[in-house]
Amino acid sequence: MLDALTSPRFLRAALPAASFAILLAAIFYVQPRAMSYFGMNLMLQYTVPIALATIAQMFIITVNDLDLSIGPFVGLTACIGATMLADTPLLGLVALAACVAAYAALGALIHLRNLPSLVVTLGMSFVWLGIAVLVLPTPGGTAPGWVKAVVGLKTPYVPYPIIAAVAIGLVVHLALMTSSYGAVLRGAGGNPRAIGRAGWSLLKIKMVMYSAAGFFGVLSGLSLIGLTSAADAHIADRYTLYAIAGVILGGGEFVGGRVSPIGAVIGAMTLTLTGSFLTFLKISPDWQIGAQGGILIIVLALRALINRREG
Amino acid sequence: MTASDGTIVSLENVAKHFGAVRALDGVDLRVDPGMCLGLVGHNGAGKSTLMNALAGILAPDRGVMKVHGHDLTDRYSVAVAGQNGIRCVFQELSLCPNLTVAENARIFHPSLTGWGWKRRAGDMIAGKLDEIFPGHGIQPDDIVGDLSIGKRQMVEIARAFTVTDASLHLVILDEPTSSLDAVTSKQLLDFVRVEVDQGLSCILISHMLGEVLDYCDRIVVMKDGLVVAARAGAEFNRDTLVAAMGNVVEMEEIEEHEAREWQRGKTPVAVEAKTDTGNDWAPFIAHKGEIVGLAGLAAHGQTRMLLKIYEAAMRGRKTATVSGPVALVAGDRQTDGIFHLWSISRNIGIRSLRGMVRRGLIDPVAEAAMGREWQDRIKIKTPDMNDNILSLSGGNQQKALFARALASDAEIILMDDPMRGVDVGTKLEVYDLIRDEAEKGRTFLWYTTEMDELYNCDHTYVFRDGAIVADLTRKELSEEKVLQSSFKESA
Repeated sequence: MLDALTSPRFLRAALPAASFAILLAAIFYVQPRAMSYFGMNLMLQYTVPIALATIAQMFIITVNDLDLSIGPFVGLTACIGATMLADTPLLGLVALAACVAAYAALGALIHLRNLPSLVVTLGMSFVWLGIAVLVLPTPGGTAPGWVKAVVGLKTPYVPYPIIAAVAIGLVVHLALMTSSYGAVLRGAGGNPRAIGRAGWSLLKIKMVMYSAAGFFGVLSGLSLIGLTSAADAHIADRYTLYAIAGVILGGGEFVGGRVSPIGAVIGAMTLTLTGSFLTFLKISPDWQIGAQGGILIIVLALRALINRREG
Repeated sequence: MTASDGTIVSLENVAKHFGAVRALDGVDLRVDPGMCLGLVGHNGAGKSTLMNALAGILAPDRGVMKVHGHDLTDRYSVAVAGQNGIRCVFQELSLCPNLTVAENARIFHPSLTGWGWKRRAGDMIAGKLDEIFPGHGIQPDDIVGDLSIGKRQMVEIARAFTVTDASLHLVILDEPTSSLDAVTSKQLLDFVRVEVDQGLSCILISHMLGEVLDYCDRIVVMKDGLVVAARAGAEFNRDTLVAAMGNVVEMEEIEEHEAREWQRGKTPVAVEAKTDTGNDWAPFIAHKGEIVGLAGLAAHGQTRMLLKIYEAAMRGRKTATVSGPVALVAGDRQTDGIFHLWSISRNIGIRSLRGMVRRGLIDPVAEAAMGREWQDRIKIKTPDMNDNILSLSGGNQQKALFARALASDAEIILMDDPMRGVDVGTKLEVYDLIRDEAEKGRTFLWYTTEMDELYNCDHTYVFRDGAIVADLTRKELSEEKVLQSSFKESA
């Protein structure tokens, strides 16, 4: 039993949750009033869009690629959500569907031409931003009422963002980690050649993963405007790095198809909490990003230690 | 042509060229039901290309390919091969290291879906593992990347024999025993024999001639992309088989070496070490100019011992006494050995960079000169040493790794089972080189899973459960003794 609890495999899986718990405990210690329904709701309300963007990034990382455009893409879908979707819902839905289709096409392009995803998505990040500025030149717009209603749900006892995050994690876990096609999708990250030799289409796999990323990017943009009620082309620029950091904090690895949806959601929550924690410590916002980086480094160093023990 | 005479696969005049290289140059091959066909030949003889064609990965340039009597030449693919019950176990492992054993089994079987697929896949692969390798110690929910290379190979082999909807007719095994120890190899080959007697067919590609001679009904010898001999297994013996492969090096050279056995202890001690277990029967000692073998079942602490000596020499750890600089020849060359993006010369020179620096930069002339020197000395088959290392066949890549170690200033060479999947000709060349270098005063520590290689050693230590359990001189060495020590009941 003790063996199982100290095995590298278990420690690796438990590290994201442990980091989150330690951070939460530190926050409650510094600021006991945060330990309430209202406090948690406030601290974690931006978890949902970040968690969705993190899941989107995780799909891309699963197949050994990296998406540097998820932030601007979320910004674009937020802009579409706050304009077209609110004014002419049908047109808005078509536009969002086109966004997802564009992601699938990117996946196909990257696979067929054997392009580095970094370059393609870095380029696309400017394209998304440009389109977003065209759609909504100045900050504004209004989120559709139903989006606000869904995002603003009040749940008894447990704050809504936590329930939503758990639900997101579980749904994606079921789809990617326990379904039979999910195993094939992850296998494509671990050993693409083996998957190809077993007769699966790698093109289809890439397209599935990229469209899943696009779909979750759309959800992230919509949930974001649900919270802010207006949009701006630059609203989610930071999400690109948050999403990568969230996946890695959650136990994912850049190559090899080793990812964990539940870990990614916890990673996103940890990142959101870090901001609150540093505010409670009265650290000037100028230092916050650096401090977030510091926490990231500590967690990754712990993981490296676990991995070394394993080797 | 509709009526089938029972033949599973027949190839007629199949050819495949890669640029100027004629990997296959018109090959005829027929596999009947219930036949175990041995396929032997040097590295680069075209065995792997032939297998890839059978597996549907490579489309031949010309020739006719018939499966169960139907001409499938133009519409053959991996999926079609699978539907016709043809499976391959590849030399480089084709498992996904990030998935569990059960999930890897599922990848092979498109029909394994729906509720409970994980349990069904797990039961299927565990059942097959139990059947082929009793006492394997692998759980279906183990992550493949956490398993040792031998266990990964067991999973891969067992997976090839699992059956869901399409019935199984032919399993092609490419060097299946290269990472298995003697016991599991025998388990596998016995299993294959039983399956073949029940009507399944197998193609066994192996450099272990003994396996091929003992277990195959028919042996096909390939050379330079052609079939040069195809006869019943019983008509071959070791010598005629080696002769058919075009190998003129006499096997007796090993016997001759015996006569030159070292008088142990006359030269100074080069390496002295103990394992971490504290159960060693004798300390590990190598004298200058000796070839010392590390034997036993795969992964019983031999590699750990080599790494320990390596760390003691390179990082100044006090865990072992080492008298001079060391170099390591890796066994898992894809992961630990070659730099995939570099040229052959650069791959050879990396261990000797310090001697090639001029004004703070690597001297390209010196690097190229070292590359050329070793191309000649160790006979690396390539038109240009500036080509990428991956342009070489597996055996030649391994030669480049030997060149890297031997070209360096190292006095002690550590070898981590470096001959996996290397053809006999290359092996014999490298054995000669090792003996020459040993006579010049270099010390070799050689972990090997092949009994034949131990006969090249002056002294052998047998490892079990991480500890040294036997200490054999060249005269005492015998396969029986090594196996006996490997399996001794712990008191």
